[in-house]
Amino acid sequence: MTDSRPVLTMTGISKSFPGVRALHDVDFRLFPGEVHALMGENGAGKSTLIKVLTGVYGIDEGTITLAGDQVAFSGPMQAAAAGVSTVYQEINLCTNLSVAENIFIGREPRRLGAVRWGEVRRRARALLARLDLDLDVAAPLGSYSLAVQQMVAIARAIDVRAQVLILDEPTSSLDAGEVAQLFRIMRQLRDEGIAILFVTHFLDQVYAVADRITVLRNGALVGEYLTEELPQFSLVEKMIGKELDALERLDEQPKRAVAAQSGGAPLVEVAELGRKGAVAPFSLRIHAGEVVGLAGLLGSGRTEVARLLFGADRADHGQVAVDGGRASLRTPVQAIDRGVGFCSENRRAEGIVPELSVRENMILAMQAARGWLRPIPRRRQDELVDRYVKALSIRPANPDLPVRNLSGGNQQKVLLARWLITEPRLLILDEPTRGIDIGAKTEIQKLVVQLSDGGMAVLFISAELEEVLRLSHRVAVMRDRTMVAQLDNDDSLDADRVMQTIASGTNREEVTR
Amino acid sequence: MNDTAARLRAVTGHRLFWPALVLVLMLVANTVYRPGFLAVEVKDGHLYGTPIDILRLSAPLILVALGMTLVIATGGIDLSVGSLCAISGAIACLYISKAPDQNSLSTVFTALALALGVALVLGMWNGVLVAVIGIQPIIATLILMVAGRGVAQLVTEGQIITINSGPYRAIGLGHFLTLPLAILIALAAALLVAAFTRRTALGLIVESVGGNAEASRLAGIRSGRIIFLVYVVSAACAAVAGFMMTANVSSADGNAAGLWVELDAILAVVIGGTSLAGGRFSLSGTILGALIIQTLTTTVYAMNISPQTSLLFKAVVVIAVCLIQAPAFRARFARRRSGPTPGPAAPQREKEQVPA
Repeated sequence: MTDSRPVLTMTGISKSFPGVRALHDVDFRLFPGEVHALMGENGAGKSTLIKVLTGVYGIDEGTITLAGDQVAFSGPMQAAAAGVSTVYQEINLCTNLSVAENIFIGREPRRLGAVRWGEVRRRARALLARLDLDLDVAAPLGSYSLAVQQMVAIARAIDVRAQVLILDEPTSSLDAGEVAQLFRIMRQLRDEGIAILFVTHFLDQVYAVADRITVLRNGALVGEYLTEELPQFSLVEKMIGKELDALERLDEQPKRAVAAQSGGAPLVEVAELGRKGAVAPFSLRIHAGEVVGLAGLLGSGRTEVARLLFGADRADHGQVAVDGGRASLRTPVQAIDRGVGFCSENRRAEGIVPELSVRENMILAMQAARGWLRPIPRRRQDELVDRYVKALSIRPANPDLPVRNLSGGNQQKVLLARWLITEPRLLILDEPTRGIDIGAKTEIQKLVVQLSDGGMAVLFISAELEEVLRLSHRVAVMRDRTMVAQLDNDDSLDADRVMQTIASGTNREEVTR
Repeated sequence: MNDTAARLRAVTGHRLFWPALVLVLMLVANTVYRPGFLAVEVKDGHLYGTPIDILRLSAPLILVALGMTLVIATGGIDLSVGSLCAISGAIACLYISKAPDQNSLSTVFTALALALGVALVLGMWNGVLVAVIGIQPIIATLILMVAGRGVAQLVTEGQIITINSGPYRAIGLGHFLTLPLAILIALAAALLVAAFTRRTALGLIVESVGGNAEASRLAGIRSGRIIFLVYVVSAACAAVAGFMMTANVSSADGNAAGLWVELDAILAVVIGGTSLAGGRFSLSGTILGALIIQTLTTTVYAMNISPQTSLLFKAVVVIAVCLIQAPAFRARFARRRSGPTPGPAAPQREKEQVPA
């Protein structure tokens, strides 16, 4: 494998945007038949490198050779035609079209100008069979899960006689089983000789599937390594460029046992709350100062639990008591009134208001609670915003910037600030660390610990079990839209036991290897 | 030098720079064509002149466009404002025409209150359709756009109601402190709406709802109430505009009053830099937009552009304004103008070769 010649070589790539040097003299190579992980924090230049490669951006300096020929693509379409296909993090397919149409849209087999639909469906079926997917190719894409949609996007990408397949964070919305399926497909394509460039934030996944790793930091190349020669810890250090003290310290903390909290009366007591088609009735107690983790596979009902508690969806069953008194949490307004805050997992669609400023986004929930007739005085706004920009080290620290100009991690912090300003008693965090870099992730984890130490109750939802176990006093496990267990996070609890609970006695799947 | 450039960029980068420039250019073109264009004189203690006329004639459009701005900022649109102008004008004129003393102030104020009340109810109707029932705004307000004309004709019984009321005529043609009353009413309305949105948190909340409705709901904003409210405000603005339009001619015509004003209002909002997709809005931009449209109409008359070509002329100017105002278009234009610049790589390499 290593003695073959690289299919793709990028040499001395530099790219600047006004005021920003996004890439500086970066080399990158990709061999046929390998999975090559491109690693780096947010803003390290991963996306820019991919966009330069696929012709979304022109390059300032440097050369790209594909299979020995120097190339400069004018755009992703041309790149795909030459054999460099990309599957993006946000699936950009049309959910209202059929699976087959999505695979062939823009390059349908034609005869005399008319699309040969039979041929489209036949070839779509063959392609999906190659990926071991059994789908109804005539069904609308939207009727399948995000994971399947992702696979269809890959099917579309490899149909164009791809030599190089770029997967930009393909796993960020997949659950463990789906990730395993994706990895199987990636290995299969690798064995067929396709070179795969894999971008992800999940370190475990890199070690599960990648043969080689290239690390970028601040737009510059740190180095290229064989996966087996680079321990996970060194990888993180190379990405961050400093000792990872913060993460270590959190790891070294003793298990956050539940003893202290179990005595008092619960802050929120949920009895048989449920909604048909979303989540089966569940009961849950959350005490002040307690972090309850919510574990489970994607689509197991984690988010649905959060939405019911916050009144984002209306429960059709059960009741909620706050401070022992019966409370109606049927709308977000009522929930906020009772001191509940909710950071949605869907930052862009349900979190930020992109064109409003950082300041406006931060004060939004508090302003909404006061009503439009009682604006928050400007001085008070500045005070609050200043405090949280500093406390959460939001960068850039300019509160008048539109929030859409911030990176994902900083947008997440703005949303956190929005709720912290309302001084909630129960804060629901749905995947607060997804898709953000490891530095911001650690900061948010530390913040959760601080908040619960300060007496705030937190419902913490995350697909990463390690994170849930690190932060929670108690872990509620979801499976098939049912809360199947609530486990105290003491010394006997580890990721394996949670996994077993999720799998509920059945043989648990090998997920990462 | 650098400082001047930076300051210049700050001015040209302002969101109202391009619409303002267009307005100035139009005024300059008019002045070149007819040097007396900008002259303003005092006659009988009142100001007269083309600029004053433009301001006075644009007053109804400014009013309608102010309400439209808020509606558009929530991501909606209100097509019914033209019909609302007709209905409110018709009701006011009908009441006055039936009154024993048309010149009595109390009669006129009762008429105004009555008509405004009906307009508010109709605005609530729009608000309920959009915010409560959830009909798409363009369809919901299309209902009243069509039906409202019918209502106006029912009110006037298909006739043109002519009145002879001094106080009512004053709304359109009167003067106060040397200035036409219409200008002052529009100005007052603008200040009122500005205070209503920017002195309270209404502006922020409207922009939030228009910018991301679901995120706003989850932040605890009762978007329904806000959306309902903006349609009511829009109807109120349209009603006052309807009074002005009918007062100008001392008669109410259910067919003609406020005809197509909704389109001009939408145009004014867009020229003013508020996106039809909702979100950030600019009241001063909208006023500038309304002035541009009225100046254009006046220009067409002043320059004796033939009636056959005047509509086309207006359209061309409007397209130009919209394009100039769009940042995406300016960026493309600027890139083309500066031409393909040689990459930094090429000259550097040459320099390196020289010593070698």
